[in-house]
Amino acid sequence: MSTTVWIVLAGAVVTYLTRVGGHLVLSRFERIHPRVEAGLNAVPAAVLTTLVAPAVLSAGPSELIALAVAGIVALRGGMMSMFLSGAAVLIALRYFIG
Amino acid sequence: MSVNANVEAARATGASEFWAGARACVPVLVAVLPFGLLFGALAVDNGFTVAEAVLMSATVYGGASQMVGIELFGQKIAPWLIVVSIFAVNFRHVLYSAAFGRRIGHWSGLQQALGFFLLSDPQFAETERKAEDGRRLSFAWYIGFGAPVWLAWVVETAIGGYFGGLISDPHAIGLDFLLPIYFLGLVMGFRKRPFWLPVVLASAVASMLAYKFVGSPWHVSIGAVAGILLAAVAAPVDGEKRKA
Repeated sequence: MSTTVWIVLAGAVVTYLTRVGGHLVLSRFERIHPRVEAGLNAVPAAVLTTLVAPAVLSAGPSELIALAVAGIVALRGGMMSMFLSGAAVLIALRYFIG
Repeated sequence: MSVNANVEAARATGASEFWAGARACVPVLVAVLPFGLLFGALAVDNGFTVAEAVLMSATVYGGASQMVGIELFGQKIAPWLIVVSIFAVNFRHVLYSAAFGRRIGHWSGLQQALGFFLLSDPQFAETERKAEDGRRLSFAWYIGFGAPVWLAWVVETAIGGYFGGLISDPHAIGLDFLLPIYFLGLVMGFRKRPFWLPVVLASAVASMLAYKFVGSPWHVSIGAVAGILLAAVAAPVDGEKRKA
């Protein structure tokens, strides 16, 4: 097998470990402390925020306006309308102001 | 009611749960489509064969980590360092896993093993939202949501690998910035949770600082830990609310 295939398979194994590992460690505890519970409830928002925030650092006006519009639409509409409006604004602004 | 009728009813519920999951995944299918194609195109551009790109999508099944992996592969970085980087980008799944594991105690061992394999960002986000209504999370719904997304991801990788050269100007169609918009939508979806805004602000500031001073991909783990620690220390928990 090529080196590439080994890299891919090793990457797959470590990825699976991250997906099963948190549960295997946590399930050793019989009762979950309310503070741990509060932390776990914050997990999705906390992690997903880190996938957005750094992109803001390198964003130009087109990207920032597109994010702002998508964020406002998300307050009212669903996932699909926010995503499509954000993408539409981005493409339009990039066309007009670069 | 006879045993047979019960089995029939359970089967009907399973099927309707599966299709409910399949309907819920449609926005994700659309949102992920450009990234599957993009990954296939970039992978081949960085020296992968189409088959190797497809193998990666089918077994790693984590978009951001795959992008990082092929990027480093193109730079001729040592193989073990590429694997470590994939691990670092995917480390956030440890947190998903801990939260998700609480919800699937009633699944069989094999179902759990498969469930963890499919635990991607959108899968976790939608599963948490689904579980919010208080009903037990069914395996049928979970697979109805996850199987089409997995299959689409693999097929798009193959198509992107074959036809990647055809996208002449990815910047003009916003390809590079669709992912942040999509993740913002997921973040907004959790805004009804207690303590949401402080968590988001803490993670945003910490991840930006880490991005500047520590570097990618560690900003993901560092930013996430900041928000989670803040919630663990400062978020109001039920007992204290009753006292107040």
